[in-house]
Amino acid sequence: MQIFLIRRSLGFLATLFAISVIVFLVMNVLPGDPAVTILGIDSTEDARAALRAELGLDRPIWLRYGDWVWGAVRGDFGTSYFFRVPVSELIAERLPLTLSLAGLAMLATVLLGVTLGIVAAANHGRTGDWLIMVLSQLGIAVPAFWLSILLVLLFAVKLRWLPPGGFPGWDEPVLALRSLVLPTVALALVQSAVLARVTRSSALEVMRLDFVRTARATGLPPGRIWGRHILPNALVPIVTIVGMQVAAVVTGTIVIENVFYLPGLGRLVFQSIANRDLFTVQALVVMFAGIVVTANFLVDIAYALIDPRLKGRLA
Amino acid sequence: MTFNRIGLVAAFLSTTAFAVPAMAQSVLRIGLQQEPTVLDPTTDATASIDGMLAQNVFESLTTVDESGAVQPQLAESWEISEDGLSYTFTLVENAQFHDGTSFDAEDVKFTFDRAMADDSTNPSKSIWEPIESVTVIDPRTVEVKLSRKDAFLLFNLAQGDASIVASESVDDAATKPVGTGPFRFDGWTRGDRLTLAKFGEHRDAADVAIDKVEFRFISDPAAATAALMAEELDAFPGFPAPELLDQFEADPRFNVVVGSTEGEVILALNNSRAPFDTLEARQAVSHALDRSEIIDGAMYGRAVPIGSFYPPHGPAYLDLTGMYPHDTEKAKEIFEQAGVAGDEIVLRVPPFPYATRSGEIVQAQMAEAGVTVKLENVEWGFWIDEVYKKKNYDMTIIAHTSPNDLGNFARGPDYFYGYQSDDFDALWDGIKTEADMTKREEMLKEAQTYIAENAVHAFLFQLPKLGVYRDGVEGFWAASPVLFQPLAGVTID
Repeated sequence: MQIFLIRRSLGFLATLFAISVIVFLVMNVLPGDPAVTILGIDSTEDARAALRAELGLDRPIWLRYGDWVWGAVRGDFGTSYFFRVPVSELIAERLPLTLSLAGLAMLATVLLGVTLGIVAAANHGRTGDWLIMVLSQLGIAVPAFWLSILLVLLFAVKLRWLPPGGFPGWDEPVLALRSLVLPTVALALVQSAVLARVTRSSALEVMRLDFVRTARATGLPPGRIWGRHILPNALVPIVTIVGMQVAAVVTGTIVIENVFYLPGLGRLVFQSIANRDLFTVQALVVMFAGIVVTANFLVDIAYALIDPRLKGRLA
Repeated sequence: MTFNRIGLVAAFLSTTAFAVPAMAQSVLRIGLQQEPTVLDPTTDATASIDGMLAQNVFESLTTVDESGAVQPQLAESWEISEDGLSYTFTLVENAQFHDGTSFDAEDVKFTFDRAMADDSTNPSKSIWEPIESVTVIDPRTVEVKLSRKDAFLLFNLAQGDASIVASESVDDAATKPVGTGPFRFDGWTRGDRLTLAKFGEHRDAADVAIDKVEFRFISDPAAATAALMAEELDAFPGFPAPELLDQFEADPRFNVVVGSTEGEVILALNNSRAPFDTLEARQAVSHALDRSEIIDGAMYGRAVPIGSFYPPHGPAYLDLTGMYPHDTEKAKEIFEQAGVAGDEIVLRVPPFPYATRSGEIVQAQMAEAGVTVKLENVEWGFWIDEVYKKKNYDMTIIAHTSPNDLGNFARGPDYFYGYQSDDFDALWDGIKTEADMTKREEMLKEAQTYIAENAVHAFLFQLPKLGVYRDGVEGFWAASPVLFQPLAGVTID
């Protein structure tokens, strides 16, 4: 287990390092000039030159990368060209919102997806199963941003139950939760549709196995058969998909935050790439990559907990 | 238990009792598409910084009214010397900064010296280019000496770039702006909202009806529509989507106001290389285009066509849209004679809806005139590098939003137009230094005609200002002759 952890941590660091090099190179190769973006196309050349010097853009790329790495290991991720504040401050402001949104969306996905999947499998071949399958097919087919617009039109514009967007901050928890309902639903519906299908087919597969038939034959109540026999054995594919969905939900926040004008990290990614805000992009991409790699890592650990036979893989 | 309940009821009653006076505060909620990067209008050209803060939090020596005319502000009057090279400003007596420090001539000198310095990153540094020195005569008098006459100086000094700042507070202006305006900065949640509060100490505070202003940043047009429809906003003065205006017009809860801006939308032609280095080829482009079709398709009919590079609401405007009337056959003929017909022309379009939509129509109209246009939708960074800096394009579509920007045509062959004309340079020098308004207007008309005759670009339409306001909101400008919008005169019911 320890060797596994060390190996994974080293892999984790190597991945982040490779990503940071790639982002730095790509951002420098991409056409664009922060000085013109900030000062506008009617600015004078000497004002732009002064700004480039102020931002350190006039120094060679390898020097700038070296400085960035040296700063990053000491916890300083550079200063945003555009907002003129430390990148860590920008991220710290926005992280709580994006994490809450992604967390709520994952919670909703798992609750809804697994429940619907079980109900469908338990009613295999009957109306309930058919209905859930049709709905989940719809859920997979509908793009999240379009669903968002429909949700806003119905619940914010027509019924006025929920705000159409924006985020008042966690200082006002009730208002904050209210404004996260629609974005969470928009993110979770599509993902739970996928998860419901996987749960259903995985459960159906296990239900056909001999030990389930034996359990039934011994007269165990259905709840116990599901809880002790079917679900634990159906869990491996479900956990795999959930792990992948963490990545999908985290990146999905980029679109959803734009539709609901939420000041989260997704919006920041979008803006900083368009503005060529190098250090902000750098830190954000590394962080998103970190989240995805961590999710994969947790899935691996979960395998070992679910299925003792897989423990060997962790050695 | 009962006790607790009574306590709860009492607490509830007391909060509602306290809530009543709070409700009486008039709060104006304004939607904005572009969020600011920093809050200092003197170091960043982002339009929303001026849009929110100039003339509200900050003030300048002069200001500009809705018609574009110069009015006094922190300078209550000024005298210009006979030779036009010396301006003596008399400052208002009772202005003060929001941090309690007083405003005087030293602040003007500090602001101007800072903007003129070698390491200045002022986006409109050219405003101070004619200024030689700034001298404090006494706390209420400041003298500005010029090295050459500048007819635009008083207008330019009204811009957000020339906001008067104080040495005590300017270092934090990026996140905590301090000015002398009728509203003080109250708070900013990056990406979400920015709030201003009425500054009670302002010399004209009695005339300000709004207690609090809340700017909300909503970039997506569908989201902006939803926010207005759900009555989360009172005003959206720069509504991004002309295609969505009909539903607001049909709804009695809203007023739609369409005005003009300083943005001339042009089909820019690269004058420095073939085929548009010849007058005939450029004229043929103007003949090939049908402006009304472009305006209908790209702006849903909500824009005014232009025939040169000057806003239709300006005092010296000349309607030159008839100079090269839409005539596909004629265009085709000239293109064939000039040998352009077989070439592939590259139209590189930046990612703004007015540009991408116009681009498709231009492409179709050029095809009718026998010219194949390759349409490339490019990202803003790419546009800045390839089109603006390297002049690597044949055609592009862009709005020039600065006031008095006819001078772009005198920026020399290195500017992305690739255009140079000694005649025009001389004309522009005359305009810049002519103090007599009537004479200057005559010269501006001459300059418009010159640019149109030479068909330097094809001129499409003036970018409209689309405003959606909740019924009962009054006092917003219909047009924007400048980037700022003073809120001191706005009222809500």
